[in-house]
Amino acid sequence: MNIWWLMILCGLVTFLIRYSFIAAEGHFQPPSWFRRLLPFVPIAALTALTMPELLLVQGEILLGGDNPRLWAGMVAIAVAAVWRNTLLTIGCGFLALFVLQQSG
Amino acid sequence: MKAGAAFSLGLRSVAPILLGVAPFGLIYGVVALQSGIPPLAAMAMSSIVFAGSAQFLLAQLVGAGAPLLLSAGAVGLVNLRHALYSASVAPMLAHLPQRWKVLLAYLLTDEAYAAAIPHLLAAGSDSSKSAPAHWILFGSGIGLWASWQLATLAGVLIGTQLPPNLGLDFALPLTFIAIVVPMIQSPALLLAALAAGATAVALAALPYKVGLFVGALAGLVVGAVLSEAMRSKRK
Repeated sequence: MNIWWLMILCGLVTFLIRYSFIAAEGHFQPPSWFRRLLPFVPIAALTALTMPELLLVQGEILLGGDNPRLWAGMVAIAVAAVWRNTLLTIGCGFLALFVLQQSG
Repeated sequence: MKAGAAFSLGLRSVAPILLGVAPFGLIYGVVALQSGIPPLAAMAMSSIVFAGSAQFLLAQLVGAGAPLLLSAGAVGLVNLRHALYSASVAPMLAHLPQRWKVLLAYLLTDEAYAAAIPHLLAAGSDSSKSAPAHWILFGSGIGLWASWQLATLAGVLIGTQLPPNLGLDFALPLTFIAIVVPMIQSPALLLAALAAGATAVALAALPYKVGLFVGALAGLVVGAVLSEAMRSKRK
């Protein structure tokens, strides 16, 4: 099998997924319920990406002290909620991870 | 806001994410070569497919000798959530010429979308309509694209072994937290987030990251149903 054809096909599939709604906009009238879902896309999609990164260690849910990423993530969530500052959130999250890994 | 200012806002907003993307790209380069993909093809995949986790999967599938259509289908499943980003930004890009839409669709990754969306929403609610959303999205998109090319090139060129795990990949979840948490401004948004996250965790064992997509859908439905219920209660 030719790796180049495979990559072009996969690139096309990926592009068409990303282009789908952007291309369709204005050409069809989406039902009203569809528009009501859209405000929740950023929060739903990004939380779905993030939560497994915090809670799962090699496919298992770990809630104890042996999962420093979970607790560092909790610190980051608290910092983000209070100060709403991206760099501060990332800095405190990394600091918490470092401290937890050293003490753990 | 002028085009240049919007572009630079997009670039700056994606910058923290690059900390996590760099080791990710480096590791992709190494994994691709180990899967038997020639260096030139491994490098080209970063611009032809341009999708982080899908490229890892594709490298593994090539290494395992998976058939063409199955591989393309798997890549499609992994990237399905990008259709949600497409739907989310489509109304803001409706007025643009076709070439802009094609370019921004090509650059529409998790990271570029995440970095740009708070600014896009702010620009959309700006009554003066002066902030060009497409320049913000282009800034975050091209910033991520260029760093992804450099990181994977570094992996292909110098990475004969996996780099030491410094935990820098943690920058990705941390940045997403920094973006999402301040956006949670209503009970419906909070419950949408919890539903999406819990579903994604519960379904994490499903292949091809289907759990991420189903989790996101669960969040959308919970959020929309709750906000509708609250609206009708207020009447």
